[in-house]
Amino acid sequence: MSDWKKSITPMVFPGKIAVPYTWTVGSTLSKFYCELRDNGKIWANKCPACKTVFVPPKVKCIHCYRDPSIWVELPGTGTVESYTIVRYEEPMLHPRKAPFVYGLIKMDGADTCMVHIIDEIEPEKVKVGMRVEAVLSENREGNILDISHFRPVK
Amino acid sequence: MERVAIIGVSQTKYTQNNPLTFAELVYQVTTEALEDAGITIQDIDNVVSVSSDFWDGRTISSMAISDASGAYGKDITTVEGDGTFGALYGLMRTLSGSFNTTLVVAHHKGTESNMKGITNTAFDPLVERRLGLDAISSAALQARRYMTKYGLKEEQFALVSVKNHGNAMRNPLALFPMEITVEDVMNSRKIADPLKLLDCSPVTDGAAAIILATEHVAKKLVPPKKCVWVKGVGHCSDAFRLGDRDLADTRALTAAAKRAYSLAGIQDPCRELDLAEVYDAFSYMEPLWLEGLGIAPEGMACEYLERGKFDFHGQLPVNPSGGRISTHPVQVAGLSELVECALQLRGEAGDRQVEGARTALAHGINGMCGQAHCVWILGK
Amino acid sequence: MGKRVGIIGVGQTHHASQRLDASGVELIAEAVTRALDDAELTVKDIDAVVIGNMDHFENINYVDMWAVDGLGAVMKPVFKVTTGGTTGTTIAACAFYTVASGLFDVVLAVGWEKNSESDTQAAVATCANPVLERDFFAGAIGPLATEYSMYMKAYGATEEDAAIVAARERNNALNNPYAHVRQAVTVEDVLKSPMLSYPIKFLDMCPRSDGACAVIFAVEEKAKKLCPKPAWVHASVVRHDYTHFGDLEWTFMPTLERASAEAYKLAGITNPLKEFDVAELYLPASTCGVKWMDSLWFCEHGEAPKLVRKGVFDMDGELPVNPSGGVICTNPIGATGLIRVGEAAWQIMGRAGARQVENARLALVTGFGGCSWSDVMILGADLP
Repeated sequence: MSDWKKSITPMVFPGKIAVPYTWTVGSTLSKFYCELRDNGKIWANKCPACKTVFVPPKVKCIHCYRDPSIWVELPGTGTVESYTIVRYEEPMLHPRKAPFVYGLIKMDGADTCMVHIIDEIEPEKVKVGMRVEAVLSENREGNILDISHFRPVK
Repeated sequence: MERVAIIGVSQTKYTQNNPLTFAELVYQVTTEALEDAGITIQDIDNVVSVSSDFWDGRTISSMAISDASGAYGKDITTVEGDGTFGALYGLMRTLSGSFNTTLVVAHHKGTESNMKGITNTAFDPLVERRLGLDAISSAALQARRYMTKYGLKEEQFALVSVKNHGNAMRNPLALFPMEITVEDVMNSRKIADPLKLLDCSPVTDGAAAIILATEHVAKKLVPPKKCVWVKGVGHCSDAFRLGDRDLADTRALTAAAKRAYSLAGIQDPCRELDLAEVYDAFSYMEPLWLEGLGIAPEGMACEYLERGKFDFHGQLPVNPSGGRISTHPVQVAGLSELVECALQLRGEAGDRQVEGARTALAHGINGMCGQAHCVWILGK
Repeated sequence: MGKRVGIIGVGQTHHASQRLDASGVELIAEAVTRALDDAELTVKDIDAVVIGNMDHFENINYVDMWAVDGLGAVMKPVFKVTTGGTTGTTIAACAFYTVASGLFDVVLAVGWEKNSESDTQAAVATCANPVLERDFFAGAIGPLATEYSMYMKAYGATEEDAAIVAARERNNALNNPYAHVRQAVTVEDVLKSPMLSYPIKFLDMCPRSDGACAVIFAVEEKAKKLCPKPAWVHASVVRHDYTHFGDLEWTFMPTLERASAEAYKLAGITNPLKEFDVAELYLPASTCGVKWMDSLWFCEHGEAPKLVRKGVFDMDGELPVNPSGGVICTNPIGATGLIRVGEAAWQIMGRAGARQVENARLALVTGFGGCSWSDVMILGADLP
């Protein structure tokens, strides 16, 4: 390193990329969110070739690259396949104050899992294999948080 | 596959809050890699850079470093992802007949950014992003699923942290060399159960570079002892959504490894490899990936780990560099693994030298919970 | 020695200012499905995939991972390349080298952008060095306006010369069912359109679009088997020589001169204006359709306005440029360069419909982006 560099205090400029975004939801997920918002129903779609049922619904079957064109209504219950208790605060990202629980929930009637929040239970009491059901939000806007969270089936 | 050699390597010391700019980091490793090979920038005919607009906080992030990589008047391109994928594209360009010498360079200054915010943008804005998931919370779901599937314990994952932080004691470039115990890991702050602070890798600043050359040019440019040969490579991606995969199933890694092994003529990786650098962004990942790589049977890697099989003096040293868990310059990480493997095979790895290393494996991941994998086999 | 590579299928979406009917993944699936149909393949025939776009236009990190459903890339090799405006040609080059390497036989290249999802100029502005240039000289129009006003001063080119290019390309787009802007305009319309940044006016400038493009590359043996008339890749060269706008040359386009000279050398081309049958050039503004013709070695410095006025680059001219309508009619940025490659390939394959240039056997493709960077690709009907 040259000598002149010893005498300077390097500077750091703060910066932030502030670009507003909108995301086109597309036909497949628009149907999912409209059903959720307007009718409080959880719909999945099914591949006509390999019969895999996807929730949230998919644009293309991940196995066959076919349109999963068959729509199936789900009961909204499922089984916890995995979970984590989040202990750190990230108010810009998290919809809950820590500690709260994320679960990977194998949905009844579907072949895939949904990631969502598990609530109405002490975090330490959540277990893999536990039966849970979706709790809908009162004011639904047409997004994944129209399901407020999942709670243990009573 | 025509023979391609790594003829020059370089990496920075890995730190946090590095005062150098992106361009200065890239200039440093480019210059040092050329010196290592004993060639000049005129001997390089094309460049692959690895950078990310998200981590760099800049659109067209490659614009920040193309001059520093010596790409003026040359063909240059950019891969966004782990360094192993950048190196893979460098290899394909070298094999294409259009080029003979390829510089692959990666930089990372993650400590200037917000890791959780940046990895949150890897989730679908239409679905999971709104839930606030990031690299840590999704990894925690994978760790728990892996534990459930095979009846594993957190203490077993903690062994990875103990081993790799200990290995980092032999690596002067590592960020967090530490002598710790399983108890230390178990008692460290809970982040997202079952992950604790010492199960998680630290975001790290740094840069790395390698120079690839076709056999006939490599033999002209550098003495034989500098040449480390690419024996095989493979890459593959699983499904995007966490819920579409079984997070404890490593089928994409198995497919990538199968291809790399078949090109390299490897039948029994556990016996034929002398060392492996695998992408341990979190402690549990090391055994999970070792199973995907066919180095341990499904569900058995933790038991092998307990028996010391992957220790520095074990049957197959895994992450002798200290791994990502002690030093994690995202994107640079996979390239730094290739640098480490090259140094090992040249017998120039200093205190962390694995005696008599002839064949080494490097492994990189892309996406959340290791959605995609890139596996490299290097040989003497 | 590398393998010889041919393009065997092309697909693109119907581009628009906003495709509200399709999410990003749906847009990608639309282009991929059309490319597979064009090549008469299924997704099973694809050995590897490469994708690209510009991160800050949609704010999706690890796009290659997010897109696998639409790409048909689950359990396939895939990674992402990105270089700003040149991303589309970068993707094509990547697919070319991937096949040429001998490691994969059939490779799907996909570029996409949903520019309607963000503030394009705000995102582009962050490409400039944050410590030196971001605050005052960023965005796409400023540097383009500066370079043409310098060219006007040096060689006496006019605003009308650019307007002739704009009218030509916009009218060509009427023959392209995929084009975003399809509107007949006259030179006067262009000259009367609102000034954006002197001397560039509204109708001189590219729009921002939603769209995707997919191109399938195959190794020689497979290309011959799968496609009656593949478009063979004769050369691929890029020059990204600058990192600061302040370092640029302004009266000619240095990276385009260097990249095209090297590409012509590789393809054995000595008189490009005569030898090429068609060109699909990344001209982000009509002004580039004047000035950059010098830098493609079609004429001496400063003589391009003469050629433009003579109609050399018209559909019935000596070298039709942008039969598709080019970038000023369609600009989903990460796909834009790949659309040039796809359109040129269709010209060679004889699949360009109403915009077909008869008996096109050699095509020139360029990409533009970053800090005045240039990519050049040459496609031909004959094996290289």
